[in-house]
Amino acid sequence: MINKIIDSVAEAISAVKDGSTVMIGGFGEAGSPIELIHALIDHGAKDLTVVSNNTGSGNVGLAALIANRQVKKMICSFPRTANSTVFPELYTAGEIELELVPQGTLAERIRAGGAGIPAFYTATSVNTPLAEGKEARVFNGVEYVMEYGLVADVALVKSEKADRYGNLLYHATARNFGPIMCTAAKNTIVQTKKIVEAGAIDPEIVVTPGIFVNGVIEINNPAHESELVAAELHYPW
Amino acid sequence: MVEKTKKIGWDRSEMAEKVAIDIPDGSYVNLGIGIPELVADFVPKGRELIYQTENGLLGMGAIPEKENEDRELVNAGKKCVTAIKGASYFHHADSFTMIRGGHIDVCVLGAMQVSEKGDLANWSTGAKNAIPAVGGAMDLTAGVPRILVITQHVTKKGDLKIIEECTFPLTGKQIVETIYTDLAIIDVKKDGLYVREMAPNVDSVYLQERTGVKLKFGI
Repeated sequence: MINKIIDSVAEAISAVKDGSTVMIGGFGEAGSPIELIHALIDHGAKDLTVVSNNTGSGNVGLAALIANRQVKKMICSFPRTANSTVFPELYTAGEIELELVPQGTLAERIRAGGAGIPAFYTATSVNTPLAEGKEARVFNGVEYVMEYGLVADVALVKSEKADRYGNLLYHATARNFGPIMCTAAKNTIVQTKKIVEAGAIDPEIVVTPGIFVNGVIEINNPAHESELVAAELHYPW
Repeated sequence: MVEKTKKIGWDRSEMAEKVAIDIPDGSYVNLGIGIPELVADFVPKGRELIYQTENGLLGMGAIPEKENEDRELVNAGKKCVTAIKGASYFHHADSFTMIRGGHIDVCVLGAMQVSEKGDLANWSTGAKNAIPAVGGAMDLTAGVPRILVITQHVTKKGDLKIIEECTFPLTGKQIVETIYTDLAIIDVKKDGLYVREMAPNVDSVYLQERTGVKLKFGI
């Protein structure tokens, strides 16, 4: 019998090891799996490479993971946001690496990684400093640069609904990187607001088919990052 | 009699309205962060424009009342928005399939600098201590056929933004179609920058003094 439901966040996060590459879903607060990130802080794995669009805000969630010095390198498109000070300070001090990737290239690198495609060509970043050092090639008279697919050891994703097979539904723009990150990691762990019976999600509208998911944990009342930031809370509490 | 100070130029809303007027009915439009977001407020009567926000929504609607905010329904600037009837949500790879695949008709972006040839710089000053942040800007300039720029004509400090060659790192090369500023609407053509319209109380001398490129007028 297949049952991907996990009962504790500690168990869910145990797949992360020192030196792991971890994809973390979310576009700012929308879709950020904050309870799983906090479990990763409790877990303590170090020297992580984290793939996520942003670098978190305040001193909770991804920003707290970075502040706890567990992240060696960030691969992201937009490392500064309102209320983000942790990453900028460490970066300015030369204490964290940054691989800056255009947002669409980041998405396609993750999609390609999950689809078994090692590299692809894109026109994005041609004629800019972000194309420097990349293999260039002309197709039909247009210049492109080569970009590599991205894979990860673990992906941490937030969803709205899930079943024991790992079939997922998302909410609004919290979907963002979730579906592609699920495909690109050896071990995809999902926190979901509601676990439903198999069959309760119409197969016609499943967004992430369960084959891409390894573990699902129900967090039915997830924290809102912006509220924690507004309250100036720090994790660990 | 007290002499009134004459208002020079357009405010941000008026700039946004000028951009909206130039977007044809039925267009799929991506709006960048900042002043471009205001363009959504000015859909001319009788037109239907569909706004895409690259974080995963086609059919972005108005800003909600505070009590109706959903922190998981946001635009590219991470501000709460709404979805219109007939909207769709999608993941990032699909979003940039729309953008890079040429399916979006028009994109409105902010600018740090624009060059005479239509080069755009809007992601980094290139300074050693700056935190670079590119987001989707390079994907948009690479994939959307019409790039409109909306920006103040000069910086707050008075530095020129429309110049012969960008000194900041480029976002895209030779991609800007028209520049909408608080002082003028300027079309970028192969042989130079053509002033299409000047804002109230702006004349060619005033405009030229604030522009690093020899402008073409009245053609």
